[in-house]
Amino acid sequence: MEFKRYLRQTNLADFGPQAQQKLKDARILVIGAGGLGTPVLSYLNAMGVGTLGIIEEDVIELTNLQRQVLYTEADVGKSKIATLVAHLKSQNSATHFITFETFLSKDNALEIISKFDFVIDGSDNFSTRYLVNDACVILKKPFVSGAIQGFEGQLSVYNYLGGPTYRCLFPNMPSPNEIPNCNVNGVLGVIPGIIGSLQALEAVKIVTQIGEVMAGKLLLFNGLMHSFQTVKFKANPENINITELKASYGNESCDAIPTISSEAFLKLMEANSKIQLIDVRTKEEFKNDKQAVVRAINIPLDELLEVPLGMDPNTPIYLVCQSGKRSRIALKLLDKKYENLSFYNVEGGMNKIWMHQE
Amino acid sequence: MTILLFGITKDIVGSATLSMPSSSEFGAKDTKTVKELKDYLGKMYPELNKLSSLAVAVNNSYADDDTIINSFDEIALIPPVSGG
Repeated sequence: MEFKRYLRQTNLADFGPQAQQKLKDARILVIGAGGLGTPVLSYLNAMGVGTLGIIEEDVIELTNLQRQVLYTEADVGKSKIATLVAHLKSQNSATHFITFETFLSKDNALEIISKFDFVIDGSDNFSTRYLVNDACVILKKPFVSGAIQGFEGQLSVYNYLGGPTYRCLFPNMPSPNEIPNCNVNGVLGVIPGIIGSLQALEAVKIVTQIGEVMAGKLLLFNGLMHSFQTVKFKANPENINITELKASYGNESCDAIPTISSEAFLKLMEANSKIQLIDVRTKEEFKNDKQAVVRAINIPLDELLEVPLGMDPNTPIYLVCQSGKRSRIALKLLDKKYENLSFYNVEGGMNKIWMHQE
Repeated sequence: MTILLFGITKDIVGSATLSMPSSSEFGAKDTKTVKELKDYLGKMYPELNKLSSLAVAVNNSYADDDTIINSFDEIALIPPVSGG
């Protein structure tokens, strides 16, 4: 089946079964499963890349659908990574997926990236982009960078075989509000499809060693003028000799949410008997958990938007679940519905709370 | 001299290209540099001065502040973009 499946590319004289085997042996990490990440993953998975890593912690939102074409209306509110992996598995059952339902941070970047041959950056903020650069330079791994805004896109392969890095082109991270960040400026739906597809192509070239990798060159795509312009640039030695990550990369997530640590939350509970807490686990989980916080109101995640909360708008409302993931989704949903209430996610959920109580 | 504008620089200037009639626009000296061009554009469009990481290309090659610009060169102003 495998022979037949990839026939249309293995019968290319410059590709052949050898290149197919290299794809199968490759381990590629894709950062972000949004506008760029979805076309990248669809094509790499279809073409037979053996191991695909995915980092993403977002939930599918209605405003994603105009460009993230794998997600459906029924998926709104669901975890991106779970939805995407289910889709990709049905597309190619032979692929091995390694998922990280988190955001790339200073604390996890080196460990996660070190497990892969190279990285494809489809993130949506400068903090992550500079973090990816520095981590890849330290680990001596190339990364295929795509970025989009409005009707335009940029593409380059940085840190490829000692070639220039992202910092050789843009030495310093733009300060907040200097340049539109986190997609606030909008993008035409098809633009990430074009740039993401080009990222997948560069990835194939890196793995199979065919053609010329887009290193030391920046592609500037302007969708309105239909122009593909290439700018050459050189490596600056000081950017290649990075040995450690910076102390901070600012806010690495576009949708950071109000959070309280489990320790701070426990102290707060001891001091304040009137604390407002919603446990968003299922009714069974809540009932069977003998250590569940007595004062918590149990409203399962899938009923949250349907029942009245009956909360006091003058004090904060804390959200908890088993690990802190569902409560994070809950917070995003509730924040949209109740503008007059302030919600906080209890980080690490009941797992962390139990740890402190033992 | 033609200046191509990308990303936020296009929004600041209000068009995708800028045409400069000749290098006399920014002073009497014969040779001009990228730095002098940046200063000149910064006076005309002060918002450009806020961009801390703005790459400049001259004839499709990355240029630093000292790169000399001639009248018929094609310049590109390239800010990073972050969208994904």
